[in-house]
Amino acid sequence: MYKYDHYDQSIVDARVAEFRDQVERRLAGEITEDQFKPLRLQNGLYLQLHAYMLRVAIPYGTLNSGQMKMLAHIARTYDRDYGHFTTRQNIQYNWIQLDQTPDLLADLASVEMHAIQTSGNCIRNISSDQYAGAAADEVTDPRPWAELLRQWSTFHPEFAHLPRKFKFAVIASKEDRAAMRLHDIGIQLVRNDAGELGARFFVGGGMGRTPMIGPMVRDFVAADDLVSYAEACLRVYNRYGRRDNKYKARIKILVHELGKDEYIRQVEAEFEHIKTLNLDPPKAELERITAFFQDPDYDILASDDLDLCDPDFALWVEQNVKTHKQSGYAIVTISLKPIGGIPGDASSAQIDIMADLAKKYSFDELRVTHAQNIVLPHVKKSDLYALWQKLDEAGLATPNLDLISDIIACPGLDYCSLANARSIPVAQKIAQRFSDISKQKLLGELKLKISGCINACGHHHAGHIGILGVDRKGVENYQLSLGGSGAEDVSLAKITGPGFDEDGIVDAVEKATNVYLKEREGDERFVDTYRRVGMAPFKEALYD
Amino acid sequence: MKLLTGNDLKSGLVTWWTGKNWSINIEDAIDVGEDGAAILAAEQEAQRVNSAYIIDGDETSGAPRPGHIKDRVRALGPTVRPDLTLKPNDANAIDKVV
Repeated sequence: MYKYDHYDQSIVDARVAEFRDQVERRLAGEITEDQFKPLRLQNGLYLQLHAYMLRVAIPYGTLNSGQMKMLAHIARTYDRDYGHFTTRQNIQYNWIQLDQTPDLLADLASVEMHAIQTSGNCIRNISSDQYAGAAADEVTDPRPWAELLRQWSTFHPEFAHLPRKFKFAVIASKEDRAAMRLHDIGIQLVRNDAGELGARFFVGGGMGRTPMIGPMVRDFVAADDLVSYAEACLRVYNRYGRRDNKYKARIKILVHELGKDEYIRQVEAEFEHIKTLNLDPPKAELERITAFFQDPDYDILASDDLDLCDPDFALWVEQNVKTHKQSGYAIVTISLKPIGGIPGDASSAQIDIMADLAKKYSFDELRVTHAQNIVLPHVKKSDLYALWQKLDEAGLATPNLDLISDIIACPGLDYCSLANARSIPVAQKIAQRFSDISKQKLLGELKLKISGCINACGHHHAGHIGILGVDRKGVENYQLSLGGSGAEDVSLAKITGPGFDEDGIVDAVEKATNVYLKEREGDERFVDTYRRVGMAPFKEALYD
Repeated sequence: MKLLTGNDLKSGLVTWWTGKNWSINIEDAIDVGEDGAAILAAEQEAQRVNSAYIIDGDETSGAPRPGHIKDRVRALGPTVRPDLTLKPNDANAIDKVV
């Protein structure tokens, strides 16, 4: 994992001191809320429905057990004993006091963490593949590149006041576990026919009120040019992105309105110009960063044998344990989706336990996934049973990864001031309706995603089944969508028709799954069947 | 009735105008009637609360009730965490919100 150098630490410490002064001035009435709001947002502090909410950055979703312990400490000391892992691989705290925020940020800084660029019209926390460095199918570890982009984008003066927020995802596998093409810039690291490392660039993806899949703008950018090319993409956006209407200010609108070809033409011209300026970071810097992401000290004699005689353990292994690139090891996903629980929430005690287990069983490393789960990336197979027992004791061994109860849900109207409807109660009711694990297994991979408003933090556009909560004359109503995907088979879900009330949407989901069970052929997943048969049989079941 | 609400500057908690001060309990809120805008202006000057605004409400069982579900959730707390609401011992509290 990356370790801060003197510069990193100085930057973060200075920001804490600066914010401490700003908070003191605000509490003393020396600055107004209008003056203070952009300052607190630049430090991740929002004013939400019930209180201040702090969003803490977890760069590319990677953290060590010491950092995870600090997240538990913050939940206990400054919040109400829990945190919420988000679809941006971050964590949010819902009950922060303004006067305590500087001390909180100082605690975070002591473990090389911060809340910078988790809000505002800047380049946000870079997201990545939660299996990075462990996946068997990656061409390289994407995290050094994500870290390089993090350093390049942090406080980059040219990109501190973009037309709108800006999200990067970096992956290095054919399998897309990061919803890469639904980001403002999606970077897929690849090797060309000569075996050279480079990147495919996809620009102009996103969800929100105008969902778009990012088109590919370059099929190979040489690795040495990656930062320059990203800079060119952003410069064109910064120059021509709309600032008169926030709903049309994202880069996806610019790419759409200019047309992909014209956008590419302008980016290529800008890229040629940038190349004359020698702005790319020195190779030595990438090498310095890459050195932090070496493989852990695997036991190369570790066995692949597993005793699966305990059926509950076998079920968990089958669902939540994935193939590791190193024989004798496995990737473990800890589900934060217990049946009837709140997706992504974890108590301070659970966060502590996950930190301890990472230290003991996963080379001190954890990942946060955009699906609001936690990954232990490097677990020796011979340790899996002991690990599972400890997770089970802590209520963290739900065997539902990628099943219908592994629901992505935004905080919704229970916490968010932007929301129009509650998301979490719907997620809880659906999970309870499908609580029978054999029923879930029968349905197979089924990604259900719920957003409480059109901003789509719950990724409903990318759900095999998507649900959008809307406000219909002061009453919560839920639109059902089918056929979306955030994976390598990326697609946008389509609305089935009129919405449903809270109980009706649960029934509607069940009806949709019944259509799938009736219509599916062979090993088809829900989304495969939908794509083959189309919307008609689903609409018939839902509305006739 | 008209209610005046905002978030406390220091804690961020939801607050309601009581006639003289702010309270986190909506039961303490008063009908600000036509005076809402003037109170709002004065309170913005005082900088004790953030993002104050006036909402419509009605009186149910002798207590003010916000007209919109968003403000009813604000008044109670997250419906999915009854232990964190202002009425953790009232089993029916959430039903009154929704």
